[in-house]
Amino acid sequence: MASTALGRVAAAGLSLTIVMAAGDVLADVKIGAVLSVTGPASFLGDPEKKTLDMYAAAINAKGGINGQPIKLVIYDDGGDPNQARTFAIRLIEEDKVDALLAGSTTATTMPIIALAEENQIPLINFAGAVQAVFPAKKWNFKTPHTDLMACEKIFDDLKTRNLAKVALISGADAFGKSMRDQCMTITAKYGIEVLHEETYQPRDSDMTAQLTNIKGKAGVQAVINPGFGQGPAIVTRNYRQLGITAPLYHGHGIGTKQFIELATPAAAEGVRLPAAALLVAEKLPASDSQRKVVVDYKQTYESKTGQPVSTFGGHMYDGLMILVDAMQRAKSADKAKVRDEIEKTRGFIGTGGVVNMTPTDHLGLDLTAFRMLEIRNGDWTLAQ
Amino acid sequence: MPEFLQFLFSGLTVGAIYALVAVGFTLIYSSSDVINFAQGEFVMIGGMGTYVLSAAGVPLPIAALLAIVIAVAVGLLLHRLAIEPARDASAVTLIIITIGASILLRGVAGVAFDKNFHSLPPFLGAEPWLVGGATILPQSVIVLSGAGIIVLLLWLFMRRTLYGKATLATAANRMAARLVGIDTSRVVMLSFAISAAIGAIGGILVTPIVLTSYDVGTLLALKGFAAAMLGGIGNPVGAIAGGLLLGLLEAFGAGYVSSSYKDAIAFLVILAVLFALPQGLFGRNTIERV
Repeated sequence: MASTALGRVAAAGLSLTIVMAAGDVLADVKIGAVLSVTGPASFLGDPEKKTLDMYAAAINAKGGINGQPIKLVIYDDGGDPNQARTFAIRLIEEDKVDALLAGSTTATTMPIIALAEENQIPLINFAGAVQAVFPAKKWNFKTPHTDLMACEKIFDDLKTRNLAKVALISGADAFGKSMRDQCMTITAKYGIEVLHEETYQPRDSDMTAQLTNIKGKAGVQAVINPGFGQGPAIVTRNYRQLGITAPLYHGHGIGTKQFIELATPAAAEGVRLPAAALLVAEKLPASDSQRKVVVDYKQTYESKTGQPVSTFGGHMYDGLMILVDAMQRAKSADKAKVRDEIEKTRGFIGTGGVVNMTPTDHLGLDLTAFRMLEIRNGDWTLAQ
Repeated sequence: MPEFLQFLFSGLTVGAIYALVAVGFTLIYSSSDVINFAQGEFVMIGGMGTYVLSAAGVPLPIAALLAIVIAVAVGLLLHRLAIEPARDASAVTLIIITIGASILLRGVAGVAFDKNFHSLPPFLGAEPWLVGGATILPQSVIVLSGAGIIVLLLWLFMRRTLYGKATLATAANRMAARLVGIDTSRVVMLSFAISAAIGAIGGILVTPIVLTSYDVGTLLALKGFAAAMLGGIGNPVGAIAGGLLLGLLEAFGAGYVSSSYKDAIAFLVILAVLFALPQGLFGRNTIERV
């Protein structure tokens, strides 16, 4: 008798495990990510991964999406486009994920976009350049602002200050080149005249020679520095060292507190740049529609990681929330339905701005998403 | 004229940085024929170590001293664990080992420190000095004089101390040095320690200008190596001359020709020089007797 009782218990236990295992397979919403967590673009991928981990856990604690927990599969491509492609294939073919949040840089994102199209899987990417979202591809979406928008915002600001003659000093990396090219396409539209151009290598340690030439050019009213990483910090230092008085503008690729620290607050005083509202979260007026979202994200990120917030983690927050909202509206993780719902995103208030997607605009941000910031006393302020 | 002066100062600033890195190459090369590609990582350890320690509350001078000690320890470990076990291998094999060590050190630094860029406060303030309408940072002058002092000390060590003379003897002919009772293995070990210290001091001096990060060593080592080759590898004075020349070429190339081609201009000149003088500007001709 004892043996049959034991047998029943064992059988019951076994069937329970099988049910649970089957339940797990059915219940998970699998989200795959390929991010540049290490390597030269780690300042992008690292906050993205932390944000993804943090908020996926928070969503699971509240019961997941449509009652199903999120299961994350995250790979680190180290900033290498080949690795990014390999990992994206693995996510699609082996891990069989339902959606992709992938691509920290433009270079790592481009091959993933092609894979998402081929395999018909919704992708939200975090690349900076305009070609990562325009022209719109069926399965591809993006949350960060484009370099073209950054140029438009800068030129807009120049116009209101009645400055029209500028000089450019651009980083010779992919980001700097792309932003420089985008700026050049809209100079006529804004009536901006580029009098002089210089470049620097991304790891150069001194740009005074280039800036001396800009200083010697008569009639330059403002200087624009498309670039990211530590290059703009050195440009800013050298700019002050040479005592150039024309206003200095940077791109949106320097949106971290670390920039001010590296450039030194004294040299960065008065520097302007277009950036997401996130950098000035607490300084936004109470009437601002983005205020609640950015203050919440900033406080959550800073208290959980102990590091200052950057705009890059915010892009991941926006991407994850757009995806989760779409899955909730679709009431499933079905790829085609989720894609259609992402495209229908309207009035979504994220850290990067208010997102209104259309079939031809898979970014959905307009120029109001950027705020023109000015560095004052070592801190970001809204430029007046 | 102010433009010319400004390009000159820019070139000297960058050149002094290259020179400091280049000097680090010379000692290990002259004692063991090995070009230590992990030299850039010593520079990184100097800068990053000082930053991390001073951020943790250690006063700057002590943090700098500790960073040098750490770099020397790493240099000795590198010699003990990677170079010494392969001492019978050819110089090329040893060079490849140092490349591996450099990748390892960079990876460890990325985990042990962090992956962000950091800076140190300039030692004599950030206010540039005005000279003839051009500006130069006090820190640039410190880097330049630092490079000069290191070369002087190195020269005194080589000529006036027994260890230095043993190093010279090892450099001249390792077999003969062994025959007269010099422990060549110990000499090589010593040269690793001193090179690491020179690299770390360089890293500390240049960080207020170039900023530092866990992977800053790669590019500095490349430029420093080019400078050392240009000046004649193995010769400290040549290293300084090569570094300054490389910096000046870049600055004047960027200023007078085009900033897009400044690296190409510099490397073209290096190629031309090495074509005419394969031993570099100050290199000695090695004659092999058969």
